[in-house]
Amino acid sequence: MFILLPVAAVLQSGFGNGLGNLQDALNSFGAQNAIKLTLMMAFLTAIINGVFGTLLAYIFVRVPFPGRDLLSTVVDLPFAVPTLVAGVMLVALYGPHSTVGGWLERHGIHIIFAPLGILLALLFVTLPLVVRSVQPVLIELDTAEEEAARVLGAGGLTTFRKVVFPALRPAITAGALLAFARSLGEFGAIVFVSGNIPNKTLTAPVLITQLLNPTTFGAVAGPGEAAAVSSLLFLFSFVLVLITERVSSHSLQRASEL
Amino acid sequence: MNAVSTSARANRRKARLWRALMLSVALLYVAVLLLAPLGGIIYYALKEGMGEVGHTFRQSDVRHAFYLTAIIMVVTVIVTTFFGIIVALVLARDRFVGKRLVSALVDLPLAVSPVIVGLMAVLLFGRGGWFEPFFAARGIQVIFALPSMILVTIFISIPFVIREVVPVLQELGMEEEQAAWTLGASRLQTFRRVTLPNIRWGLLYGIALSAARSIGEVGAVLIVSGSLQGQTETATLYILRAFDQYQEQQAYIVALTLASFSIVMLIGIETLKRRASREAG
Repeated sequence: MFILLPVAAVLQSGFGNGLGNLQDALNSFGAQNAIKLTLMMAFLTAIINGVFGTLLAYIFVRVPFPGRDLLSTVVDLPFAVPTLVAGVMLVALYGPHSTVGGWLERHGIHIIFAPLGILLALLFVTLPLVVRSVQPVLIELDTAEEEAARVLGAGGLTTFRKVVFPALRPAITAGALLAFARSLGEFGAIVFVSGNIPNKTLTAPVLITQLLNPTTFGAVAGPGEAAAVSSLLFLFSFVLVLITERVSSHSLQRASEL
Repeated sequence: MNAVSTSARANRRKARLWRALMLSVALLYVAVLLLAPLGGIIYYALKEGMGEVGHTFRQSDVRHAFYLTAIIMVVTVIVTTFFGIIVALVLARDRFVGKRLVSALVDLPLAVSPVIVGLMAVLLFGRGGWFEPFFAARGIQVIFALPSMILVTIFISIPFVIREVVPVLQELGMEEEQAAWTLGASRLQTFRRVTLPNIRWGLLYGIALSAARSIGEVGAVLIVSGSLQGQTETATLYILRAFDQYQEQQAYIVALTLASFSIVMLIGIETLKRRASREAG
Protein backbone atom coordinates (compact mmCIF):
# COMPACT_ATOMS: atom_id res chain seq x y z
CA MET A 1 0.00 0.00 0.00
CA PHE A 2 2.72 2.38 1.04
CA ILE A 3 4.36 1.92 -2.32
CA LEU A 4 1.45 1.39 -4.71
CA LEU A 5 -0.86 4.23 -3.74
CA PRO A 6 1.57 7.07 -4.58
CA VAL A 7 2.15 5.53 -7.99
CA ALA A 8 -1.56 5.63 -8.72
CA ALA A 9 -1.72 9.30 -7.73
CA VAL A 10 0.99 10.28 -10.20
CA LEU A 11 -0.60 8.36 -13.04
CA GLN A 12 -3.98 9.89 -12.26
CA SER A 13 -2.60 13.40 -12.15
CA GLY A 14 -0.47 12.93 -15.23
CA PHE A 15 -3.12 11.35 -17.43
CA GLY A 16 -6.34 12.39 -15.66
CA ASN A 17 -7.10 14.84 -18.49
CA GLY A 18 -6.06 12.48 -21.23
CA LEU A 19 -2.77 12.85 -23.00
CA GLY A 20 -2.94 16.65 -23.09
CA ASN A 21 -0.46 17.20 -20.26
CA LEU A 22 2.08 14.92 -21.81
CA GLN A 23 1.78 16.56 -25.21
CA ASP A 24 2.09 20.00 -23.61
CA ALA A 25 5.15 19.02 -21.67
CA LEU A 26 6.79 17.29 -24.60
CA ASN A 27 6.23 20.16 -26.97
CA SER A 28 6.68 23.31 -24.95
CA PHE A 29 9.08 22.73 -22.08
CA GLY A 30 11.90 20.88 -23.77
CA ALA A 31 10.80 17.63 -22.20
CA GLN A 32 11.44 15.71 -25.39
CA ASN A 33 15.10 16.67 -25.44
CA ALA A 34 15.40 16.26 -21.69
CA ILE A 35 14.14 12.68 -21.87
CA LYS A 36 16.36 11.93 -24.88
CA LEU A 37 19.43 13.28 -23.06
CA THR A 38 18.54 11.36 -19.91
CA LEU A 39 18.16 8.07 -21.80
CA MET A 40 21.39 8.64 -23.70
CA MET A 41 23.41 9.41 -20.57
CA ALA A 42 21.89 6.46 -18.69
CA PHE A 43 22.71 4.15 -21.60
CA LEU A 44 26.37 5.24 -21.74
CA THR A 45 26.64 4.93 -17.96
CA ALA A 46 25.26 1.38 -18.03
CA ILE A 47 27.70 0.31 -20.77
CA ILE A 48 30.84 1.91 -19.30
CA ASN A 49 30.18 0.81 -15.74
CA GLY A 50 29.08 -2.59 -17.01
CA VAL A 51 32.61 -3.05 -18.32
CA PHE A 52 34.56 -1.49 -15.45
CA GLY A 53 32.24 -2.86 -12.77
CA THR A 54 32.80 -6.38 -14.08
CA LEU A 55 36.54 -5.81 -14.21
CA LEU A 56 36.56 -4.64 -10.59
CA ALA A 57 34.40 -7.55 -9.43
CA TYR A 58 36.74 -9.96 -11.20
CA ILE A 59 39.74 -8.40 -9.47
CA PHE A 60 38.05 -8.57 -6.06
CA VAL A 61 37.33 -12.27 -6.45
CA ARG A 62 40.16 -13.66 -8.56
CA VAL A 63 43.21 -11.37 -8.40
CA PRO A 64 44.75 -11.25 -4.93
CA PHE A 65 46.90 -8.21 -4.25
CA PRO A 66 47.83 -6.16 -1.21
CA GLY A 67 45.28 -3.45 -0.56
CA ARG A 68 42.33 -5.34 -2.01
CA ASP A 69 40.22 -4.63 1.09
CA LEU A 70 41.07 -0.96 0.77
CA LEU A 71 40.06 -0.87 -2.90
CA SER A 72 36.84 -2.67 -2.03
CA THR A 73 36.05 0.01 0.56
CA VAL A 74 36.81 2.77 -1.95
CA VAL A 75 34.44 1.23 -4.49
CA ASP A 76 31.64 1.40 -1.88
CA LEU A 77 32.32 5.11 -1.42
CA PRO A 78 29.42 6.20 -3.65
CA PHE A 79 27.01 4.32 -1.35
CA ALA A 80 28.20 6.52 1.50
CA VAL A 81 28.65 9.85 -0.22
CA PRO A 82 25.37 11.73 -0.67
CA THR A 83 24.68 12.13 -4.40
CA LEU A 84 24.45 15.89 -4.06
CA VAL A 85 27.89 15.87 -2.48
CA ALA A 86 29.17 13.80 -5.40
CA GLY A 87 28.00 16.61 -7.67
CA VAL A 88 29.61 19.22 -5.43
CA MET A 89 32.87 17.25 -5.56
CA LEU A 90 32.88 17.26 -9.35
CA VAL A 91 32.21 20.99 -9.48
CA ALA A 92 35.00 21.62 -6.95
CA LEU A 93 37.47 19.54 -8.96
CA TYR A 94 36.49 20.38 -12.53
CA GLY A 95 34.82 23.78 -12.15
CA PRO A 96 36.23 26.56 -14.35
CA HIS A 97 37.82 28.29 -11.32
CA SER A 98 39.73 25.21 -10.15
CA THR A 99 43.23 24.24 -11.25
CA VAL A 100 42.26 21.02 -13.00
CA GLY A 101 39.04 22.40 -14.48
CA GLY A 102 40.76 25.53 -15.75
CA TRP A 103 43.50 23.50 -17.42
CA LEU A 104 40.99 21.19 -19.12
CA GLU A 105 38.90 24.18 -20.19
CA ARG A 106 41.92 25.75 -21.91
CA HIS A 107 42.45 22.49 -23.77
CA GLY A 108 38.90 22.47 -25.03
CA ILE A 109 37.54 19.79 -22.69
CA HIS A 110 34.33 20.97 -21.06
CA ILE A 111 33.12 18.94 -18.11
CA ILE A 112 31.03 21.24 -15.95
CA PHE A 113 27.82 22.46 -17.62
CA ALA A 114 28.40 19.86 -20.33
CA PRO A 115 27.21 16.29 -21.00
CA LEU A 116 30.61 14.91 -20.00
CA GLY A 117 30.08 16.19 -16.46
CA ILE A 118 26.66 14.51 -16.30
CA LEU A 119 28.25 11.26 -17.44
CA LEU A 120 31.01 11.48 -14.81
CA ALA A 121 28.44 12.12 -12.09
CA LEU A 122 26.35 9.13 -13.14
CA LEU A 123 29.41 6.87 -13.42
CA PHE A 124 30.43 7.89 -9.90
CA VAL A 125 27.02 7.18 -8.41
CA THR A 126 26.36 3.83 -10.11
CA LEU A 127 29.74 2.03 -10.07
CA PRO A 128 29.14 -0.05 -6.90
CA LEU A 129 25.75 -1.22 -8.22
CA VAL A 130 27.42 -3.25 -10.98
CA VAL A 131 30.34 -4.45 -8.86
CA ARG A 132 28.08 -5.69 -6.06
CA SER A 133 25.77 -7.39 -8.55
CA VAL A 134 28.53 -9.34 -10.30
CA GLN A 135 30.73 -10.15 -7.29
CA PRO A 136 28.49 -12.69 -5.47
CA VAL A 137 27.91 -14.68 -8.66
CA LEU A 138 31.62 -14.74 -9.38
CA ILE A 139 32.34 -15.99 -5.85
CA GLU A 140 29.92 -18.90 -6.39
CA LEU A 141 31.50 -19.73 -9.73
CA ASP A 142 33.82 -22.72 -9.52
CA THR A 143 37.39 -22.04 -10.66
CA ALA A 144 37.72 -25.59 -12.02
CA GLU A 145 36.33 -24.67 -15.42
CA GLU A 146 38.68 -21.74 -15.76
CA GLU A 147 41.65 -23.87 -14.79
CA ALA A 148 40.59 -26.53 -17.26
CA ALA A 149 40.46 -23.95 -20.02
CA ARG A 150 43.86 -22.63 -19.07
CA VAL A 151 45.41 -26.10 -18.93
CA LEU A 152 44.00 -26.77 -22.37
CA GLY A 153 46.00 -23.78 -23.55
CA ALA A 154 43.44 -20.97 -23.62
CA GLY A 155 44.85 -17.52 -22.88
CA GLY A 156 43.46 -15.25 -20.22
CA LEU A 157 41.21 -13.38 -22.62
CA THR A 158 39.87 -16.51 -24.30
CA THR A 159 39.14 -18.08 -20.92
CA PHE A 160 37.27 -15.01 -19.83
CA ARG A 161 35.30 -14.72 -23.06
CA LYS A 162 34.39 -18.38 -23.40
CA VAL A 163 34.09 -19.55 -19.78
CA VAL A 164 33.67 -16.73 -17.27
CA PHE A 165 31.64 -14.22 -19.25
CA PRO A 166 28.76 -16.54 -20.25
CA ALA A 167 28.27 -17.49 -16.59
CA LEU A 168 28.35 -13.86 -15.49
CA ARG A 169 26.23 -12.41 -18.27
CA PRO A 170 22.92 -12.33 -16.36
CA ALA A 171 24.57 -10.70 -13.33
CA ILE A 172 26.33 -8.12 -15.48
CA THR A 173 23.07 -7.36 -17.29
CA ALA A 174 21.23 -7.01 -13.99
CA GLY A 175 23.90 -4.66 -12.61
CA ALA A 176 23.97 -2.57 -15.77
CA LEU A 177 20.16 -2.33 -15.82
CA LEU A 178 20.20 -1.20 -12.20
CA ALA A 179 22.78 1.46 -13.09
CA PHE A 180 20.60 2.48 -16.04
CA ALA A 181 17.49 2.81 -13.89
CA ARG A 182 19.36 4.71 -11.23
CA SER A 183 20.80 7.08 -13.84
CA LEU A 184 17.37 7.83 -15.28
CA GLY A 185 16.21 9.22 -11.96
CA GLU A 186 19.35 10.86 -10.64
CA PHE A 187 18.89 14.43 -9.50
CA GLY A 188 21.34 15.32 -6.73
CA ALA A 189 24.56 14.41 -8.49
CA ILE A 190 23.52 16.14 -11.70
CA VAL A 191 21.88 19.38 -10.63
CA PHE A 192 25.12 21.33 -10.07
CA VAL A 193 27.23 19.66 -12.70
CA SER A 194 24.91 20.02 -15.67
CA GLY A 195 24.07 23.71 -15.50
CA ASN A 196 20.57 22.71 -16.66
CA ILE A 197 20.62 24.47 -20.02
CA PRO A 198 17.27 23.71 -21.70
CA ASN A 199 17.54 21.37 -24.69
CA LYS A 200 21.25 20.89 -24.00
CA THR A 201 22.14 19.73 -20.50
CA LEU A 202 18.72 19.68 -18.83
CA THR A 203 17.82 16.13 -17.77
CA ALA A 204 14.30 14.87 -17.11
CA PRO A 205 14.50 14.71 -13.28
CA VAL A 206 15.79 18.29 -13.11
CA LEU A 207 13.06 19.38 -15.53
CA ILE A 208 10.45 17.86 -13.22
CA THR A 209 11.67 19.95 -10.29
CA GLN A 210 11.61 23.03 -12.51
CA LEU A 211 8.06 22.33 -13.64
CA LEU A 212 7.05 22.15 -9.98
CA ASN A 213 8.85 25.34 -9.05
CA PRO A 214 6.53 28.30 -9.74
CA THR A 215 9.46 30.68 -10.34
CA THR A 216 10.74 28.83 -13.43
CA PHE A 217 7.79 28.65 -15.77
CA GLY A 218 5.22 30.67 -13.86
CA ALA A 219 1.62 29.58 -14.02
CA VAL A 220 1.77 27.86 -17.42
CA ALA A 221 3.32 24.69 -16.03
CA GLY A 222 2.57 22.78 -12.88
CA PRO A 223 2.07 19.42 -11.22
CA GLY A 224 0.10 18.15 -14.21
CA GLU A 225 2.97 18.54 -16.66
CA ALA A 226 5.45 17.37 -14.03
CA ALA A 227 3.34 14.29 -13.42
CA ALA A 228 3.16 13.58 -17.16
CA VAL A 229 6.94 13.63 -17.54
CA SER A 230 7.26 11.65 -14.30
CA SER A 231 4.87 8.99 -15.52
CA LEU A 232 6.93 8.48 -18.64
CA LEU A 233 10.16 8.26 -16.63
CA PHE A 234 8.47 6.01 -14.11
CA LEU A 235 7.31 3.67 -16.83
CA PHE A 236 10.89 3.19 -18.00
CA SER A 237 12.09 2.54 -14.44
CA PHE A 238 9.32 0.08 -13.69
CA VAL A 239 9.94 -1.97 -16.80
CA LEU A 240 13.65 -1.96 -15.98
CA VAL A 241 13.02 -3.21 -12.44
CA LEU A 242 10.86 -6.05 -13.72
CA ILE A 243 13.49 -7.07 -16.27
CA THR A 244 16.23 -6.84 -13.63
CA GLU A 245 14.25 -9.02 -11.26
CA ARG A 246 13.83 -11.60 -14.04
CA VAL A 247 17.47 -11.54 -15.03
CA SER A 248 18.90 -11.63 -11.52
CA SER A 249 16.76 -14.51 -10.29
CA HIS A 250 17.83 -16.30 -13.46
CA SER A 251 21.49 -15.53 -12.72
CA LEU A 252 21.24 -16.92 -9.18
CA GLN A 253 19.66 -20.08 -10.50
CA ARG A 254 22.45 -20.47 -12.99
CA ALA A 255 25.08 -19.90 -10.34
CA SER A 256 23.58 -22.59 -8.13
CA GLU A 257 23.40 -25.02 -11.03
CA LEU A 258 27.06 -24.53 -11.89
CA MET B 1 58.32 -32.58 -22.08
CA ASN B 2 60.60 -29.60 -22.22
CA ALA B 3 58.44 -27.91 -24.81
CA VAL B 4 55.37 -28.33 -22.66
CA SER B 5 56.96 -26.78 -19.59
CA THR B 6 58.29 -23.81 -21.58
CA SER B 7 54.88 -23.14 -23.05
CA ALA B 8 53.33 -23.51 -19.60
CA ARG B 9 55.83 -21.01 -18.26
CA ALA B 10 55.09 -18.63 -21.12
CA ASN B 11 51.41 -19.02 -20.39
CA ARG B 12 51.92 -18.27 -16.75
CA ARG B 13 53.95 -15.18 -17.58
CA LYS B 14 51.21 -14.05 -19.94
CA ALA B 15 48.61 -14.59 -17.21
CA ARG B 16 50.64 -12.49 -14.80
CA LEU B 17 50.93 -9.73 -17.38
CA TRP B 18 47.19 -9.79 -17.93
CA ARG B 19 46.56 -9.48 -14.21
CA ALA B 20 48.94 -6.54 -13.88
CA LEU B 21 47.24 -4.84 -16.82
CA MET B 22 43.74 -5.42 -15.44
CA LEU B 23 44.79 -4.18 -12.04
CA SER B 24 46.33 -0.98 -13.41
CA VAL B 25 43.30 -0.18 -15.55
CA ALA B 26 40.94 -0.77 -12.63
CA LEU B 27 43.01 1.26 -10.19
CA LEU B 28 43.28 4.13 -12.67
CA TYR B 29 39.53 4.13 -13.23
CA VAL B 30 38.78 4.18 -9.50
CA ALA B 31 41.41 6.85 -8.88
CA VAL B 32 40.10 9.21 -11.56
CA LEU B 33 36.41 8.58 -11.03
CA LEU B 34 36.15 8.25 -7.24
CA LEU B 35 39.29 9.43 -5.49
CA ALA B 36 40.11 12.57 -7.47
CA PRO B 37 36.76 14.27 -6.73
CA LEU B 38 37.07 13.32 -3.06
CA GLY B 39 40.54 14.85 -2.94
CA GLY B 40 39.21 17.90 -4.77
CA ILE B 41 36.51 18.66 -2.25
CA ILE B 42 38.78 18.10 0.75
CA TYR B 43 41.25 20.56 -0.74
CA TYR B 44 38.74 23.24 -1.69
CA ALA B 45 36.71 22.95 1.54
CA LEU B 46 39.74 23.43 3.75
CA LYS B 47 41.60 25.86 1.50
CA GLU B 48 40.59 28.93 3.49
CA GLY B 49 41.65 27.31 6.75
CA MET B 50 39.76 26.21 9.83
CA GLY B 51 38.59 29.76 10.59
CA GLU B 52 36.19 29.60 7.68
CA VAL B 53 34.97 26.17 8.84
CA GLY B 54 34.24 27.55 12.30
CA HIS B 55 32.52 30.57 10.80
CA THR B 56 30.27 28.33 8.71
CA PHE B 57 29.21 26.24 11.68
CA ARG B 58 28.41 29.29 13.77
CA GLN B 59 25.68 30.34 11.31
CA SER B 60 22.27 29.59 12.75
CA ASP B 61 20.80 28.37 9.44
CA VAL B 62 23.65 25.87 9.02
CA ARG B 63 23.09 24.53 12.52
CA HIS B 64 19.37 24.28 12.00
CA ALA B 65 19.94 22.45 8.71
CA PHE B 66 22.12 19.84 10.40
CA TYR B 67 19.65 19.52 13.26
CA LEU B 68 16.83 18.84 10.80
CA THR B 69 18.93 16.32 8.87
CA ALA B 70 19.73 14.50 12.13
CA ILE B 71 16.05 14.24 13.10
CA ILE B 72 15.09 12.91 9.68
CA MET B 73 17.93 10.38 9.80
CA VAL B 74 17.04 9.06 13.26
CA VAL B 75 13.34 8.61 12.50
CA THR B 76 14.07 7.06 9.11
CA VAL B 77 16.56 4.59 10.56
CA ILE B 78 14.18 3.49 13.32
CA VAL B 79 11.25 2.98 10.95
CA THR B 80 13.18 1.29 8.14
CA THR B 81 14.96 -1.02 10.57
CA PHE B 82 11.77 -2.14 12.28
CA PHE B 83 9.74 -2.69 9.12
CA GLY B 84 12.79 -3.83 7.18
CA ILE B 85 13.32 -6.78 9.52
CA ILE B 86 9.66 -7.77 9.35
CA VAL B 87 9.48 -7.60 5.55
CA ALA B 88 12.82 -9.41 5.24
CA LEU B 89 11.57 -12.24 7.48
CA VAL B 90 8.42 -12.58 5.40
CA LEU B 91 10.31 -12.51 2.11
CA ALA B 92 12.93 -15.00 3.25
CA ARG B 93 10.75 -17.40 5.23
CA ASP B 94 7.25 -17.49 3.86
CA ARG B 95 6.01 -18.76 0.54
CA PHE B 96 3.08 -16.95 -0.95
CA VAL B 97 1.56 -16.04 -4.29
CA GLY B 98 3.01 -12.86 -5.71
CA LYS B 99 6.24 -13.00 -3.73
CA ARG B 100 8.21 -12.10 -6.87
CA LEU B 101 6.06 -9.03 -7.32
CA VAL B 102 6.48 -7.94 -3.71
CA SER B 103 10.20 -8.40 -4.00
CA ALA B 104 10.23 -6.25 -7.15
CA LEU B 105 8.09 -3.61 -5.44
CA VAL B 106 10.50 -3.43 -2.53
CA ASP B 107 13.26 -2.59 -4.99
CA LEU B 108 11.15 0.02 -6.71
CA PRO B 109 12.29 2.97 -4.55
CA LEU B 110 15.83 2.23 -5.71
CA ALA B 111 14.86 2.64 -9.33
CA VAL B 112 12.30 5.43 -9.16
CA SER B 113 13.65 8.94 -9.28
CA PRO B 114 13.55 10.66 -5.85
CA VAL B 115 12.09 13.60 -7.71
CA ILE B 116 9.11 11.45 -8.67
CA VAL B 117 8.79 10.27 -5.07
CA GLY B 118 8.57 13.91 -4.00
CA LEU B 119 5.94 14.57 -6.63
CA MET B 120 3.92 11.57 -5.42
CA ALA B 121 3.85 13.00 -1.92
CA VAL B 122 2.77 16.41 -3.18
CA LEU B 123 -0.02 14.85 -5.21
CA LEU B 124 -1.27 12.81 -2.25
CA PHE B 125 -0.91 15.33 0.58
CA GLY B 126 -0.71 18.69 -1.18
CA ARG B 127 -3.53 21.02 -2.14
CA GLY B 128 -6.28 18.99 -3.81
CA GLY B 129 -4.52 15.73 -2.94
CA TRP B 130 -6.37 12.58 -1.93
CA PHE B 131 -5.36 12.76 1.74
CA GLU B 132 -5.28 16.51 2.09
CA PRO B 133 -8.80 16.95 3.54
CA PHE B 134 -8.10 14.39 6.27
CA PHE B 135 -4.98 16.13 7.59
CA ALA B 136 -6.27 19.66 6.98
CA ALA B 137 -9.33 18.89 9.13
CA ARG B 138 -7.02 17.93 11.96
CA GLY B 139 -4.78 20.94 11.48
CA ILE B 140 -1.74 18.91 10.54
CA GLN B 141 0.57 20.47 7.99
CA VAL B 142 2.16 17.70 5.95
CA ILE B 143 3.57 19.28 2.79
CA PHE B 144 6.14 22.04 3.33
CA ALA B 145 6.70 20.56 6.79
CA LEU B 146 8.65 17.87 8.57
CA PRO B 147 6.09 14.99 8.23
CA SER B 148 6.30 14.85 4.44
CA MET B 149 10.09 15.22 4.52
CA ILE B 150 10.38 12.21 6.82
CA LEU B 151 7.80 10.29 4.80
CA VAL B 152 9.63 10.60 1.46
CA THR B 153 12.97 9.82 3.08
CA ILE B 154 11.56 6.64 4.61
CA PHE B 155 10.08 5.65 1.25
CA ILE B 156 13.44 6.03 -0.43
CA SER B 157 15.37 4.23 2.32
CA ILE B 158 13.06 1.19 2.57
CA PRO B 159 15.06 -1.22 0.38
CA PHE B 160 18.44 -1.07 2.12
CA VAL B 161 17.82 -3.07 5.30
CA ILE B 162 15.65 -5.56 3.42
CA ARG B 163 18.19 -6.15 0.67
CA GLU B 164 21.01 -6.71 3.16
CA VAL B 165 19.07 -8.99 5.50
CA VAL B 166 17.15 -11.24 3.05
CA PRO B 167 20.21 -13.01 1.56
CA VAL B 168 21.64 -13.63 5.06
CA LEU B 169 18.36 -15.14 6.22
CA GLN B 170 18.14 -17.35 3.13
CA GLU B 171 21.69 -18.52 3.61
CA LEU B 172 21.00 -19.25 7.27
CA GLY B 173 18.07 -21.60 6.77
CA MET B 174 15.65 -22.31 9.57
CA GLU B 175 17.28 -25.17 11.50
CA GLU B 176 18.54 -23.07 14.40
CA GLU B 177 15.21 -21.28 14.76
CA GLN B 178 13.27 -24.53 14.65
CA ALA B 179 15.59 -25.99 17.28
CA ALA B 180 14.88 -23.01 19.51
CA TRP B 181 11.12 -23.42 19.03
CA THR B 182 11.32 -27.10 19.79
CA LEU B 183 13.15 -26.29 22.98
CA GLY B 184 10.24 -24.12 23.98
CA ALA B 185 11.45 -20.63 23.12
CA SER B 186 8.79 -18.13 22.16
CA ARG B 187 8.90 -16.41 18.79
CA LEU B 188 10.26 -13.22 20.30
CA GLN B 189 12.91 -15.08 22.30
CA THR B 190 13.96 -17.01 19.23
CA PHE B 191 14.30 -13.79 17.29
CA ARG B 192 16.30 -12.05 20.00
CA ARG B 193 18.61 -14.95 20.88
CA VAL B 194 18.98 -16.80 17.58
CA THR B 195 17.98 -14.80 14.52
CA LEU B 196 19.21 -11.36 15.52
CA PRO B 197 22.79 -12.36 16.40
CA ASN B 198 23.01 -14.22 13.09
CA ILE B 199 21.85 -11.34 10.92
CA ARG B 200 23.71 -8.73 12.98
CA TRP B 201 26.27 -7.64 10.39
CA GLY B 202 23.96 -7.60 7.42
CA LEU B 203 21.47 -5.64 9.48
CA LEU B 204 24.05 -3.11 10.67
CA TYR B 205 25.30 -2.60 7.13
CA GLY B 206 21.74 -2.10 5.90
CA ILE B 207 21.10 0.41 8.67
CA ALA B 208 24.27 2.30 7.75
CA LEU B 209 23.25 2.44 4.09
CA SER B 210 19.80 3.60 5.12
CA ALA B 211 21.27 6.32 7.35
CA ALA B 212 23.68 7.44 4.63
CA ARG B 213 20.85 7.64 2.13
CA SER B 214 18.62 9.59 4.49
CA ILE B 215 21.15 12.31 5.25
CA GLY B 216 22.00 12.62 1.57
CA GLU B 217 18.51 12.76 0.13
CA VAL B 218 17.85 15.92 -1.81
CA GLY B 219 15.51 15.53 -4.81
CA ALA B 220 12.45 14.29 -2.94
CA VAL B 221 12.97 16.53 0.07
CA LEU B 222 13.44 19.58 -2.16
CA ILE B 223 10.01 19.09 -3.70
CA VAL B 224 8.01 18.41 -0.53
CA SER B 225 9.77 20.80 1.85
CA GLY B 226 9.51 24.10 0.04
CA SER B 227 13.07 24.66 1.27
CA LEU B 228 12.24 27.41 3.76
CA GLN B 229 15.48 28.80 5.12
CA GLY B 230 15.91 28.04 8.83
CA GLN B 231 12.64 26.05 8.85
CA THR B 232 12.44 23.17 6.40
CA GLU B 233 15.96 23.43 5.03
CA THR B 234 18.05 20.28 5.53
CA ALA B 235 21.82 20.14 5.15
CA THR B 236 21.58 19.10 1.50
CA LEU B 237 19.04 21.83 0.76
CA TYR B 238 21.38 24.30 2.42
CA ILE B 239 24.09 23.23 -0.03
CA LEU B 240 21.71 23.87 -2.92
CA ARG B 241 20.93 27.37 -1.70
CA ALA B 242 24.52 28.21 -0.81
CA PHE B 243 25.53 27.33 -4.36
CA ASP B 244 22.75 29.46 -5.81
CA GLN B 245 23.96 32.40 -3.72
CA TYR B 246 27.59 31.94 -4.76
CA GLN B 247 28.70 30.86 -1.29
CA GLU B 248 30.64 27.91 -2.69
CA GLN B 249 33.01 27.82 0.27
CA GLN B 250 30.20 27.17 2.76
CA ALA B 251 28.64 24.65 0.40
CA TYR B 252 31.93 22.76 0.17
CA ILE B 253 32.36 22.70 3.94
CA VAL B 254 28.83 21.42 4.63
CA ALA B 255 29.17 18.88 1.79
CA LEU B 256 32.46 17.59 3.17
CA THR B 257 30.94 17.26 6.64
CA LEU B 258 28.04 15.18 5.34
CA ALA B 259 30.35 12.99 3.26
CA SER B 260 32.78 12.47 6.16
CA PHE B 261 30.01 11.36 8.47
CA SER B 262 28.69 8.74 6.04
CA ILE B 263 32.12 7.54 5.01
CA VAL B 264 33.33 7.08 8.59
CA MET B 265 30.13 5.24 9.48
CA LEU B 266 30.30 2.84 6.54
CA ILE B 267 34.03 2.18 6.82
CA GLY B 268 33.64 1.61 10.55
CA ILE B 269 30.97 -1.02 10.01
CA GLU B 270 32.86 -2.69 7.17
CA THR B 271 35.97 -2.93 9.36
CA LEU B 272 34.02 -4.40 12.27
CA LYS B 273 32.37 -6.84 9.91
CA ARG B 274 35.69 -7.96 8.46
CA ARG B 275 37.18 -8.42 11.91
CA ALA B 276 34.17 -10.45 13.04
CA SER B 277 34.29 -12.71 10.00
CA ARG B 278 38.03 -13.23 10.52
CA GLU B 279 37.43 -14.19 14.15
CA ALA B 280 34.65 -16.54 13.13
CA GLY B 281 36.62 -18.07 10.26
